[in-house]
Amino acid sequence: MAESYHLLKRADFIFRNENDWEEILTKTIKRTPQDIINELISSELKGRGGAGFPTGLKWKITAEAKSAEKYVICNADEGEPGTFKDREILSRVPYKVLTAMAVCGHIIGAKKGIIYLRGEYHSLKESLEKTISEFEYYCKKIKLEFSVDVFMGSGAYICGEETALFESLEGHRGEPRNKPPYPTIKGYMDKPTVINNVETLAHTFTIFKYGAKKFYDLGVQFSRGTKLFSVSGDTPKPGIYELELGMSLQDFVNEFGDGDTKAVQVGGASGFLVPRKKFQETAIGYQGKLTGISLPTGGSMMIYNSSRSMFNVLDNYLEFFREESCGQCTPCRVGCQQLLIGIKAVKRGERPAQYLDKLLKLTETMQLTAKCGLGQSVANSFASIVENFREEMIY
Amino acid sequence: MDPIQSLIKELAVKHGRKRESLLPVLQGVVEQERYLSEHSMIEIARELDLPAAEVYGTATFYSFLEHRKMGRFIIRICKTISCSMKGKNQVLLAIQDMLKISTGETTPDGRFSLVETNCLGLCHKAPAMLINEEVYTDLTPEKVREILSDYMKK
Repeated sequence: MAESYHLLKRADFIFRNENDWEEILTKTIKRTPQDIINELISSELKGRGGAGFPTGLKWKITAEAKSAEKYVICNADEGEPGTFKDREILSRVPYKVLTAMAVCGHIIGAKKGIIYLRGEYHSLKESLEKTISEFEYYCKKIKLEFSVDVFMGSGAYICGEETALFESLEGHRGEPRNKPPYPTIKGYMDKPTVINNVETLAHTFTIFKYGAKKFYDLGVQFSRGTKLFSVSGDTPKPGIYELELGMSLQDFVNEFGDGDTKAVQVGGASGFLVPRKKFQETAIGYQGKLTGISLPTGGSMMIYNSSRSMFNVLDNYLEFFREESCGQCTPCRVGCQQLLIGIKAVKRGERPAQYLDKLLKLTETMQLTAKCGLGQSVANSFASIVENFREEMIY
Repeated sequence: MDPIQSLIKELAVKHGRKRESLLPVLQGVVEQERYLSEHSMIEIARELDLPAAEVYGTATFYSFLEHRKMGRFIIRICKTISCSMKGKNQVLLAIQDMLKISTGETTPDGRFSLVETNCLGLCHKAPAMLINEEVYTDLTPEKVREILSDYMKK
């Protein structure tokens, strides 16, 4: 066991206190947009909210879109169960995020940035706005036309979905739009928009400061760089950890488990539950790794030990989804309700065990037909729990 | 002009009267009043020149924009998995016992409302709750009794 320990590589970039953001900002915006975009592309940084879209490409497409008005939006609607890293970034190193937003604005031709901060994080607002006014003062000084507003959410998980977030910003119910068109072409106010997760923006600061190679050299193929992991559940050391991507789940459990880890939920309620027998073959990173199963994650790692009932875990997730489904499309609205009713009925013996297979089919339908990621991803946790812990669902 | 009308006017001056101003205005009313009454929503619709149904439809989408009368202090205890695993129920029982209300209710004196909410993003310090905007973590029944005693004196 001791040997695999050092496969888990800790890093310290995100929370490293950098006193030279002014210099980095001034220096970076002097470079050509093409040069900065190329650097981001060669770093292979992918979106840290969980979806993993290449960041450089996103900026490139938006830069090429023709419009007099464009926007940079920082998605701080961190609502996935088990993730709490973005709040820490915004409270400890907000200037990194702001610098990244301003550089992005400079590249794509946007003068306005918005941070969509979830309502639950209201206590952050005041200090964040104070940092913003200092930041804007500096932008003026170097004649960079860029301002940032904080927009508060009001308690809706779905608003973390980028198009639902735009709807919310525009004063509507947070109901996702159809894609395409993608935000890079038609985002906030139907204008080309770069929308990035808080952590993604913070990583771009690292790349501006230390160069793409430094970032690229960390992690593994297809999963470059580091990532913040939010660790909670049955662990002696809950908290936020920056680790290189690509470690095996076994190494992660060796480090963070309590010695009795039964399963790990990777990626929050919308992610996958991995049982003990699959720890070794599961890697944490984006799809495309050559061996084993590769699980992407926004960083939520919830650890369950053998005292936990997987039925209770699934029941809790489904109640979450039932409440947070926006209700716009039928597969998700009715699907989430029926899954919850269904597992309870099986547990009470009112339905036969085979009914679970019907419910699995229902999640397949949701995956195919739901309008957005919420309804589509319920299948992930549902199938991975029911298939691996079927007996716990029945007895 | 009644106090609600002048509050809404003030918010409209601050945030604008565009559709994008609707959420900040709704939030501003909730910050003052703790909830959105029918009267508030009709007045917001008038001030922003929107159909009242649009205001109602938008407001009721968001869980923090309450449309039932709420107490001065809204206790939101997280019920999502990490908090649930770490003893949320015992903390909830302690609150219910102390305030003599169930989840979803408000004390008769209009001081406290108790609701359960989804993930607050404090899973590493579970169980957690908010009282209005204040964050409380690593709760135990004893700790929550102390916190509430302080609020009772406010």
